[in-house]
Amino acid sequence: MTLHLVGHHHRTAAARTRPVLDVKDLTKVYGQGEATVHALRGVSLTVAAGDYVAIMGSSGSGKSTLMNILGCLDVPSTGTYHLDGVDVSRLDDARLALVRNRRIGFVFQSFNLIPRTSAVANVELPLAYAGIKPAERRRRALAALDMVGLAGRADHEPNQLSGGQQQRVAVARALVTEPALILADEPTGNLDSRSTEEVLGILDQLHAAGRTIVMITHETEVAARARRLVTLFDGRITTDVRQDGAR
Amino acid sequence: MSLLEILRFAGRGVAANKLRSALTMLGILIGVAAVILLVAVGNGSAQAVNRSIEALGTNTITVSSTARGGTTPSALTVDIAQSLHDPALAPDVRAVSPVVSSAPTMTHAGTEYPVAQFLGTHPTYFGSSNSPLAAGAAFTDQDVAQGRRVVVLGRTVATELFADTDPVGQQVTVGGALFTVVGVLAEKSSASGFADPDDLAVAPLTAVQQTITGYGPVNSILVEATGPDRVNAAQQQVTQILNQRLDLPAGTTATGRGGAGADAAPYRIQNAAQLLATRTETAQTFTVLLGTVAGISLLVGGIGITNIMLVTVTERTREIGIRKALGAPRRTILTQFLAEATMLSVLGGGLGVAAALIGSRFTIVGVQPVIVPSSVALALGVSVAIGLFFGSVPASRAAGLRPIDALRYE
Ligand SMILES: Nc1ncnc2c1ncn2[C@@H]1O[C@H](COP(=O)(O)OP(=O)(O)OP(=O)(O)O)[C@@H](O)[C@H]1O
Ligand SMILES: [Mg+2]
Repeated sequence: MTLHLVGHHHRTAAARTRPVLDVKDLTKVYGQGEATVHALRGVSLTVAAGDYVAIMGSSGSGKSTLMNILGCLDVPSTGTYHLDGVDVSRLDDARLALVRNRRIGFVFQSFNLIPRTSAVANVELPLAYAGIKPAERRRRALAALDMVGLAGRADHEPNQLSGGQQQRVAVARALVTEPALILADEPTGNLDSRSTEEVLGILDQLHAAGRTIVMITHETEVAARARRLVTLFDGRITTDVRQDGAR
Repeated sequence: MSLLEILRFAGRGVAANKLRSALTMLGILIGVAAVILLVAVGNGSAQAVNRSIEALGTNTITVSSTARGGTTPSALTVDIAQSLHDPALAPDVRAVSPVVSSAPTMTHAGTEYPVAQFLGTHPTYFGSSNSPLAAGAAFTDQDVAQGRRVVVLGRTVATELFADTDPVGQQVTVGGALFTVVGVLAEKSSASGFADPDDLAVAPLTAVQQTITGYGPVNSILVEATGPDRVNAAQQQVTQILNQRLDLPAGTTATGRGGAGADAAPYRIQNAAQLLATRTETAQTFTVLLGTVAGISLLVGGIGITNIMLVTVTERTREIGIRKALGAPRRTILTQFLAEATMLSVLGGGLGVAAALIGSRFTIVGVQPVIVPSSVALALGVSVAIGLFFGSVPASRAAGLRPIDALRYE
């Protein structure tokens, strides 16, 4: 594994490709008074189109907080966030919904599947909000489930699936709209080595197809698959390195 | 996303939470059914009272004697009765029937029955008092003229004395005299709690005077007006004639309950409407009371619906968060939840109406309920409005949250 620090090398890469994600001086403060938590203390990060970034860091370092802001699910306390050059804080509810639906595929750390609803219906959901016809929707949802190896579990409801299977349904749901940007919060956290390999294989394919991927992980082997490794500590970026992403 | 799709989503939402959906619908069902049924019971009892007014005859005026001793000159006699039937002085009087009454024991083949009212009168009585015959025939004017001992029995008397056999043509003993049964009156509908209107027997006036009461004054005179709107006019004309015949001052009135003074007339004159006004009032009070109870039950039902709807949305705020994170616009979410609430409240309300319609076919505490259409609209309207309001307002609040806040909602 070859690591080299971000220097002029990175700068030239950034100049070559337009940044998809561009955050500056992000802070996020939860609570008030005694209970105040500074989850982010000034994070600046740009991610170029087609990049594959892994974010690591100890528990509570602010990874999920950052990811939620990148996914337009939460807003920062201070700082700016430009997605594809657009200042997200200026978007109204309808535009934000459109961005979440068309541009971003989000995999939650805690899956967030809709209870009492079959796997295939869960995967279909973003397609439904995109206005795709039911037959086409079903076909694509089944294809996405097939991709994560769950074609046989399409009609199972979340509580009839194992943690790993639920996670793969969540991955399928994030992929099904073929978004340009995939944000995954520990997508392999509950998977065995084989399933992990399958999910990473899918992410590799998506990366090869030119999609931008940002992934949080605790496992160095998983992080090694990415082209760039960002490490967070106590709400700040401590290291940001390019790596060759060798298999 | 098309409206049809959103509706399909809503349908799936309702089906995905069967118990919750069922409970919500049950709350609405009970609220709606209770209101409709209670109002129907009140209405039914009011109608029963109305029917009993009609059964007594809305066109009739009863003149009854208040004089004691029976032979005082002011007492009502058959002569006076006949003088009331005067096309010139009393154009609004259609028929006049003098009535003598007693309560003797009637006997047939060893069976004894103390009849509540044994009336002696003219055949016009049957028409005036709205008492059609179910079997046989009424006696005629000729029977009265000849004092023939024939009798028409009320339904209660007929069953008491003859059980299942046909009484027409049979003989009964009354006050030592034999009477031949010529007819049986049709059963009168009676509101519960009132005196049995079928516990009577009717015979020719002369026959009853001859055998039981003697040829004294009559107890009362039943006057039939030419129409329900002529009752007051007829009553005035009758009063005038009576005052003249009995040598009373022209201004003397003798209506209803006001007969306590020393200069009061020796007779009392009442019409059926007056007689039953009090009963109608009672029935109205009853309806208002039931309406209040129904309103309270609708309120309680509404609180139940509100509660379930609030719990539902609290529970589903996470789901709303997920949907928003996947790119559902606020409006789509709102439409879905509004549609779900509509389905539940309309379905629950519809079932409530159905339950009330079925329930109204049974007699409840002796009253046959009669549905009031406006109560259906009111009950349905209120519960559907509550369902919609509390289904959509918290949903709109949840849809307005940032996805992450909705997802973390507890
Ligand atoms: N809604 C919240 N309210 C208050 N504090 C919060 C909230 N969400 C996160 N925090 C705090 O912010 C800090 C960062 O949380 P975050 O979820 O981003 O951690 P993380 O890096 O994702 O951790 P993990 O690896 O365990 O998932 C933590 O100290 C956490 O307690
Ligand atoms: Mg986390």
